Amino acid sequence: MIAIEINELSKKYKERFAVQSLSLSIRQGEVFGLLGVNGAGKTTTIRMLACLTKPTSGEATLLGRNILSEPQAVKEIINLSPQETAVAPNLTVRENLELIAGIYGNNRQAASEKTTEMVKNLGLAEVEKEKAKILSGGWQRRLSIAMALISEPKILFLDEPTLGLDVLARRELWSVIEKLEGETTMILTTHYLEEAQALSDRIGIMAKGKLKAIGTVDELISTTGAPTFEDAFVALATESGEAL
Amino acid sequence: MRLFIFASRNRKELLRDPANLAFGIGFPLVVLLLLSAIQANIPVSLYKVESITPGIAVFGLSFLSLFSGMLIAKDRTSSFLMRLFASPLSSSDFILGYTLPLVPMAMAQSVICFIAAFFLGLAVNSNVLLAIVVLIPAAVLFIAIGLLAGSVLNDKQVGGICGALLTNVSAWLSGTWFDLGLVGGWFKSAAYALPFAHAVDATRAALAGDYTSIFPHLWWVIGYAAVILIIAIVAFSNKMKSDNT
Repeated sequence: MIAIEINELSKKYKERFAVQSLSLSIRQGEVFGLLGVNGAGKTTTIRMLACLTKPTSGEATLLGRNILSEPQAVKEIINLSPQETAVAPNLTVRENLELIAGIYGNNRQAASEKTTEMVKNLGLAEVEKEKAKILSGGWQRRLSIAMALISEPKILFLDEPTLGLDVLARRELWSVIEKLEGETTMILTTHYLEEAQALSDRIGIMAKGKLKAIGTVDELISTTGAPTFEDAFVALATESGEAL
Repeated sequence: MRLFIFASRNRKELLRDPANLAFGIGFPLVVLLLLSAIQANIPVSLYKVESITPGIAVFGLSFLSLFSGMLIAKDRTSSFLMRLFASPLSSSDFILGYTLPLVPMAMAQSVICFIAAFFLGLAVNSNVLLAIVVLIPAAVLFIAIGLLAGSVLNDKQVGGICGALLTNVSAWLSGTWFDLGLVGGWFKSAAYALPFAHAVDATRAALAGDYTSIFPHLWWVIGYAAVILIIAIVAFSNKMKSDNT
């Protein structure tokens, strides 16, 4: 079953296309890696799919809900971890998680139970009662990701989720993503190629607002004839050809 | 349900910031005590407690703009608001969620100010309750200014405009520190073209039991509050729809 159907989606700022004619289908439960250099259009794509930015043209449906005509219905089934850490500074870690659980419709008891589970799964127990503003950048990042996961979204957008995390925290998050694979559809943007390689079922490579290539890691390597995935990425992210 | 969860978060954010308590309650009380001390040592009736308490109460409310504006601006600049914009919260949830927690805070500010004034000699009677009710439109006015500022400015700009400029303008043009009639001319006209002096005069009238004098002044405050609230709601709603939160 298709979870995300994107059809000729474009976003133009004045004369420049941030995203141009993006068409793509993502299966339910798939982890889709979206790669590209800075300014390639990854974050704009996520913002349009999360109903935060209105497309200039084109459309997309998320589990049958149209981002243009049914944004409220879309927002019920998605969550995102923004590129920048996004936490409520004067709330404790636990309160931050309960806040998001409550906003997504959980009653007090359910929010509390989900928070307890999330604290355990994301290794947040030692900072559970600390205010978010006094946490280190790494802990804040971990909390920000937990806030995206706690609503148990059907579709999850992870915009550079492991930026600023140490190796152990990054591996813990990988483990969480792997557990969700098959149930939650995820779009993951990252600059860490090994992360995309390890987690993604398929990868799309964007450059200058266009989708240049799409496929599994092996398919992308094979298509370019490059010896490694990094070489394949460089070749695809810098060439001027159309999507493969 | 979602509205109250969001409003509860905003209440916690505001009350857990010690600067908010210091400026919102502590600073106006210090000014009230200072002016009362001056009055006790001068031969003329310049800062009588029944005259300055309404002014100090309005002055205290002016900090609400700073509190609400800073909260919204920080949420915007930290991407927290982006996260919430992608959630099922509606625009009315946001606007009410940012506004509602400040109303009881405003009431508490006014109550504390009048209780302090009782110790300085203000008569305890039912007109004090009326004065607190008369202050509500002024509270809504300052909350709306904060909502507007937070929607269009970053946190540093909010700090400058709501923290420094607004609190000074509203204080100097309110007739709290000196009788506007003493300056007269364009200064008095400018002051009465704005809502702050009217808010003080309406509260003074309520406190004095001069009920017929309340409403000419209160209409000015209600009018300004309604217009700025509408502009703030439009600005915030536009921000929700814009490409850059």
